[in-house]
Amino acid sequence: MIDAIEKNLLKEVAELDSLPVGAYNIRANGQLAGRSTTANIDIVTKTDKPGIDIFIKPGTKNESVHIPVIISQTGLKDLVYNDFHIGDDADVTIIAGCGIHNCGNGDDQHDGIHTFYLGKNAKLRYVEKHYGEGEGRGKRVMNPTTIVHLGEGAQMEMETTQISGIDDTLRKTSGDLAAGASLVIKEKIMTTGDQHAVTDFDVDLNGDGCSANVVSRSVAKDNSKQEFISRINGNSACAGHTECDAIIMDHGCVLASPQLTANNVDASLIHEAAIGKIAGEQLIKLMTLGLTEKEAEDQIVNGFLK
Amino acid sequence: MLELRHVGYETDDNKKEILHDINLTVQDRFVAITGPNGGGKSTLAKVIAGIYQPTAGQILLDGQDITHLSITERANLGISYAFQQPVRFKGLQVKDLLNLAAGKNTSVNDACSYLSEVGLCARDYIDREVNASLSGGELKRIEIAMVLARGTKLSIFDEPEAGIDLWSFQNLIRVFEKMYEQTKGNILIISHQERILNIADTIVVIKDGHVEKIGPRAEILPALLGSADATSAACSVLTDKVEGVSNK
Repeated sequence: MIDAIEKNLLKEVAELDSLPVGAYNIRANGQLAGRSTTANIDIVTKTDKPGIDIFIKPGTKNESVHIPVIISQTGLKDLVYNDFHIGDDADVTIIAGCGIHNCGNGDDQHDGIHTFYLGKNAKLRYVEKHYGEGEGRGKRVMNPTTIVHLGEGAQMEMETTQISGIDDTLRKTSGDLAAGASLVIKEKIMTTGDQHAVTDFDVDLNGDGCSANVVSRSVAKDNSKQEFISRINGNSACAGHTECDAIIMDHGCVLASPQLTANNVDASLIHEAAIGKIAGEQLIKLMTLGLTEKEAEDQIVNGFLK
Repeated sequence: MLELRHVGYETDDNKKEILHDINLTVQDRFVAITGPNGGGKSTLAKVIAGIYQPTAGQILLDGQDITHLSITERANLGISYAFQQPVRFKGLQVKDLLNLAAGKNTSVNDACSYLSEVGLCARDYIDREVNASLSGGELKRIEIAMVLARGTKLSIFDEPEAGIDLWSFQNLIRVFEKMYEQTKGNILIISHQERILNIADTIVVIKDGHVEKIGPRAEILPALLGSADATSAACSVLTDKVEGVSNK
């Protein structure tokens, strides 16, 4: 059964007020808390290790899968392997997310290893949100790993968000793209207090005409630290773009390390990185509209991460 | 009514005097400030808005001493300021800025009317991010729309005509006239444009950090335009700019 704290976590990570329509798999405190499948989407528990296999039939259109994970016990370490098999020509949305409410002194940790196999011309929107809360001294730790294999002409858009409450995170994303495939990753991170976040992207552009765009926007407040590492390897006639745009505040620290490797003369690769504090003139503009400096700062940060 | 009494401003770092003993009362509908570049016009606007604190003198708004008030406090007392170079914000949309300017969630209708006043189609702009994708002219008009949305008793515009050549001066002037009808406040416009100076009730010429001339338009404008051949730097700059525009 799901209690009030867990309901709130579900709302934060999956924007769910009630059970979702369509396929879903809810994992609460390391256990299955609810599952639903449809005619086109099957969810099967793995037998060799913790986790699930999600099978989406070729040609499935306009369906969604919700797979939220919530943790409300203190001192729980949870590791899952979720594999997504998306058939040719399917067009679906997958909403994952992990919420931790830690009110005790033990560390909570969720490590999700998500592997995606996209068939020919399949189209996927993958939304992932990480959230932590609770007053306990125990840390809230998440280490999501995402591995994507994009078949010919497949398209994947990944939106990953971590706005607050996660003390320590290592987010690894790697992918390989066949001809004509396209991968767009939009990451938004805000760290506060003494939090530490590392994101690591590694994308192999293998097929001709494939493209990847990795865009990260982040805000590091207080004494928090962030590292952004992005490697795009152009092994074909492909297009790759990686961008890190960060605002630092207080004593925040951001390290941006975009790397490009061109192994093919027709690979077109671009990287951009910008780190800086909020521009004084932005604050002044909003203050001339009647906002206090703090309100102006909040508006700018919220807009930046919107 | 805004009153400046012996206002001076010198920079923090090298104590360079930018404004010297400025005495000025703004109580007309339209007061235009003109003069050569580098003469201190924009600095004066910033001192009024609270962005720079004056190093001498006093500023009063409707009799209340606001000399030491912050930008926010002055904004809330009814001062609006359209920047010469509007600021871009990654992520914030036009509607966000209009909402912040209006101090509430503006209805689509209101937002629409502010934008159409400045010649922008609301449907195309309301959700646009105020980022590098907007041109200088578009930003300038959004900046003016924000002042419209605020509707305060004192509105300051720093060279509002810059970059709006695709639109028309007549429309810009109509915006000022309409704004006055709605607020019955004072509108202070920094400009080099004859057509804008032409609607001013009072013209102030600022040069080398002090008020060189002040008076009704009928008195000041002919002298400014008529002295094109004279040696006055203020006038030659003005005339250059006016000719530059009219020759286009």
